[in-house]
Amino acid sequence: MTRTVTRKISDRVMTLIFCSSGLFLTAVLILIGAFLWCEGSPALSLDFLTDAPKDGMTAGGIYTPLMGTIQLLFVAMFFTLPIGIITGLYFAEYSKDNFLTKVLRVSVRSLAGVPSVIFGLFGLSMFVIFMHFGSCLLSAGLTLACLSLPLIVTVSEQAFLAVPQDYRDASYALGATKCQTIFKVVLPSAASTIITGTILAIGRVAGETAPIMFTGAAYYAPEVARSLFSQVMALPYHIYVLATSSTDLEATRPIQYGAILVLIFLVLGTSAIGVIARLKLAAREGK
Amino acid sequence: MKLNKIGHLKGSFESNGDNVMQHTVFAVSLTGILLMVFLLLFLFANGLPVLKDMSIKRIIFGVDWYPMEEPPALGMLPLIVATLAVTLMSSIIALPVAIALAVFTSEVAPKKTREFFKVLLELLGFVPSIVLGFIGMMLLAPYMQDVFGVASGLNLLTSSIILGFLIIPTVASLSEEALSSVSHELREASFALGATRWETIRKVVVPFALPGISAAVLLGVMRALGETMVVLMVSGGAAIVPHSLTDPVRPLTSTIAAEMGETPVGSVHYHALFFAGLILLIMTLAINLISYWIERRRVN
Repeated sequence: MTRTVTRKISDRVMTLIFCSSGLFLTAVLILIGAFLWCEGSPALSLDFLTDAPKDGMTAGGIYTPLMGTIQLLFVAMFFTLPIGIITGLYFAEYSKDNFLTKVLRVSVRSLAGVPSVIFGLFGLSMFVIFMHFGSCLLSAGLTLACLSLPLIVTVSEQAFLAVPQDYRDASYALGATKCQTIFKVVLPSAASTIITGTILAIGRVAGETAPIMFTGAAYYAPEVARSLFSQVMALPYHIYVLATSSTDLEATRPIQYGAILVLIFLVLGTSAIGVIARLKLAAREGK
Repeated sequence: MKLNKIGHLKGSFESNGDNVMQHTVFAVSLTGILLMVFLLLFLFANGLPVLKDMSIKRIIFGVDWYPMEEPPALGMLPLIVATLAVTLMSSIIALPVAIALAVFTSEVAPKKTREFFKVLLELLGFVPSIVLGFIGMMLLAPYMQDVFGVASGLNLLTSSIILGFLIIPTVASLSEEALSSVSHELREASFALGATRWETIRKVVVPFALPGISAAVLLGVMRALGETMVVLMVSGGAAIVPHSLTDPVRPLTSTIAAEMGETPVGSVHYHALFFAGLILLIMTLAINLISYWIERRRVN
């Protein structure tokens, strides 16, 4: 009898511990969220988003770094999307189980685990110095493209694999070639999943700071970059600069918290769209 | 006409376009290999020249890191120890919490709560490290300074706590996936034998999900090893071998990030920072390949 009682007690105790881990996480999040909101929300306004930093970055808004981040994301996705999707297509539709495929798989997997600061070193030595691009939007964008390649590859491979084999068989039965099947059947059915995955990848890359620190992010730039070869301000790096080397910490305090809030909204907003879209897709396919 | 591998007719049905397409796709896919090769090549080419100025033994076991002096002292032991210490401490803090969260989400929570926590954990994984570094600097560091009565709240312990928070969502949501992919019949069989929930979790579900959980743990450790912004902002930045939890430290990643901008290209210091990158890259690659191997073994 006592054995049963101790078993029941230990079950209750462990359940309590597991539940408290959930409560703990929620409590910490609410605390941090409330703190950031209290400090940062007074700074938020439309002007904050549309004004460039002024007076040695102690006043004004975050227009330049915000636009810089968006430009960086565009450059990165421009290079990484075609290559990533085609690699995913290769894994899902063409790859045979040979040595080269294995090497490619291990490479993509290794790239996924390379620390972001190492991508920064690579971008510096390859794009900035070896290819003579200099520290600019293009170099930083390319560095971010390298970083996001494994994300896009994984996402698109899974999207292609999720297309039912029946679709392909039906297309072949109608006499379509493999090429036609891929363009007219597989790609359209996988498109929405790939788009969702891309949104998630953007969410992950948008907040990266280390890779762009020495490849193109500027301490301060007077205006939004007009060419691929000018330096850009980026929101995450701007926050780092404000937090660690500002000339007037008191004056920049609201700007810092405001910028942090905007970055959180930007990243979590993007990711939330991706996550919700994915749940919707899954629900639709489940029917 | 003959049948090819997948079983459909080869020859008249397959046009030349198919071959062109196949070769193009293959050629483009090689970018992945090329990128990895170039990454290794550039890191080695820029990192190895430092060995001309200093022996590898003096770099790895030297305790003096004064790269700006003439001649520079490039002992990386404090940086390596700092990286390992921060990774170890943050794992000790984060892994039990992360796995408890995974079990809570997958096994204990009711359906609605489970859905909510799944999304929450995934979204938390997206929070940029600069945000956590900022919170550590502005919120946790002053608090730690008061509590421990130390000179600065920017130290080993504070950065380990923040790093721990960074890896909790990753480890938790991957472990949760591993746990919930364990078949329901196994759980029901265990309940039918009279086991309590905790006994079922401990003796049935967790052992079955163990490969997935260990892959998740390795991934978390790898993230902690390579994380830059958090340690750059919160670890204090003193290149000393830490003797206590409240000593400031300077891990490899933050050294690279802090010093790369100010060092002239091609100098000994520049090559030394690439060498630090190499050490870091080798550590993370090793962990990554181990977790890849575990995953492949599970699939087969």
